[in-house]
Amino acid sequence: MTTISAEVTAPATPAATLDLAGVSRWYGNVVAVNDVTMRLGPGVTGLLGPNGAGKTTLLHMMAGFLAPSRGAVTLDGEPTWRNPAVYRRLGLVSEREAVHTFLTAYEFVLASAKLHRLPDPEAAARRAIDLVEMADAQDRRIGTYSKGMRQRTRVAAALVHDPDVLLLDEPFNGMDPRQRLHMMALLHRLGDAGRTILFSSHILEEVEQVSGTVQVMVAGRLAASGDYRTIRRLMTNRPHVFRVRSTDDRALAVALIAEASVTGVELGRDGLTVRAGDYGAFTRALPKIALARGVRVRSLTPEDESLESVFSYLVGA
Amino acid sequence: MSTVTWITARGLFGRRRFLLLLPLPVLLLVLAIVSRSLGVDPGQWGPPVLVGLGLAVVLPVVALIVGTGVLGAEIDDGTVVHILTKPLPRWQIVLPKLAVAAGVTAVTVAIPLYVAGVLAHSVRLGLALAAGSALGALAYSALFLALSLLTRRPVLLGLVYVLIWEGLLGRFVDGTKVLSIQQWVIALTDRMAPTDLLGTTVSVPVAAVLTALVAVGATVLAIDRLRSFSVAGETS
Repeated sequence: MTTISAEVTAPATPAATLDLAGVSRWYGNVVAVNDVTMRLGPGVTGLLGPNGAGKTTLLHMMAGFLAPSRGAVTLDGEPTWRNPAVYRRLGLVSEREAVHTFLTAYEFVLASAKLHRLPDPEAAARRAIDLVEMADAQDRRIGTYSKGMRQRTRVAAALVHDPDVLLLDEPFNGMDPRQRLHMMALLHRLGDAGRTILFSSHILEEVEQVSGTVQVMVAGRLAASGDYRTIRRLMTNRPHVFRVRSTDDRALAVALIAEASVTGVELGRDGLTVRAGDYGAFTRALPKIALARGVRVRSLTPEDESLESVFSYLVGA
Repeated sequence: MSTVTWITARGLFGRRRFLLLLPLPVLLLVLAIVSRSLGVDPGQWGPPVLVGLGLAVVLPVVALIVGTGVLGAEIDDGTVVHILTKPLPRWQIVLPKLAVAAGVTAVTVAIPLYVAGVLAHSVRLGLALAAGSALGALAYSALFLALSLLTRRPVLLGLVYVLIWEGLLGRFVDGTKVLSIQQWVIALTDRMAPTDLLGTTVSVPVAAVLTALVAVGATVLAIDRLRSFSVAGETS
């Protein structure tokens, strides 16, 4: 693991608060974000939700790249929409892997520093590049970089003016495990130094490793918000639903009812619907039970393993 | 040079699309040189080469490629977000981009037109063509730059304007000429160097006022649209 040479400093201005008050956004008849109210303060917050939940739309509204159809997004009382001045204090790393491939990382980050009219753009660019550990490759054209390197270059450009608020849309996409760890550590340090960091992800484990606070979005709504441990517990303890088809569903149902990991069995026209409290125990027990009863299992399908259903379960919990 | 100008120029010359600019001006030069060296009467080759090819095709097409490229290409690939997440008033983004577009178009078109004008008539006509095409480059660039913020298909709409409105309707429906940048350029050039090679029904004052109006109006519109620039989200 390389050492981190550049240090994260405390923000020059007092801690920033990003406020969303009753924010909705719709496209025609499609509601992408529905009446979301949240307040983001210093520290790292994860914005979690399945694909299509409206995370990107919400981030774009926070970053001033989309007007809310209703409600208001403000950074310390200042609207973010049609207000370029907020970018003095706000940085954005969008999901789209868009970089000027014809520039080197140093040129790219330096251009950002100059566009911010920083007093010493060269020093700011070097500091930002050191923060993301790109110093070794900084003089190569971005076009030659891997996805993870491009991502880090974009993060460096977004950090060059040392913003109070940093928004990142799916920042870990395309990163290898080492780069992931490094990025997580960087976000931690920025959060600990008093900056307001929000990153979106559809992978719970990512959120769990970086942030203490989670905002969960499902189908455009803010479904849950709070400590990730509580949300994680809800997820592991939820019942799992399986569909089982076999040569003798009735006999299998009787046998399964006696199994400790099974909480319920429904006998239907096209097989069994089994609810299990413990995923591992049930899937290990099923073959043994079937074998003992001389029943052949034709198919075993987990019903609710899609991320969408996991999140829906959270909403109901 | 401002950073926006630098990035825009690097982006423009760094893309292969830039090579598309070269064949048309070269064709214009070759036709003029061949016509002159074969001793063809300038009254015969002048209008089709200078107007038919130069002002009606080379100028608007080059302006279209460059004008929709300076901002449109960045919008297409998403890199525009890097410039927009800076605390810059939006005119500080639009004006440098317009300057690059108009400048590159003017240089690319004015040089072959100057040479062709000299070969066809006189240095004065060459200079007038260069100046006229530079003014046209500014108006076209402003228009196409604004188009790249108003629609997702700026090149297509620009082509419709150049080919259908200016090219086709301009030939058959006289009234449309009043709203044709091409005709304004012809009127202004003819005023600077009167010859019988160029001719239009649009008056010089109308051409001058409308050229200025389009250049300024489209620029103001582009600045305003950039202020409200929205990034398409996952659900859009």
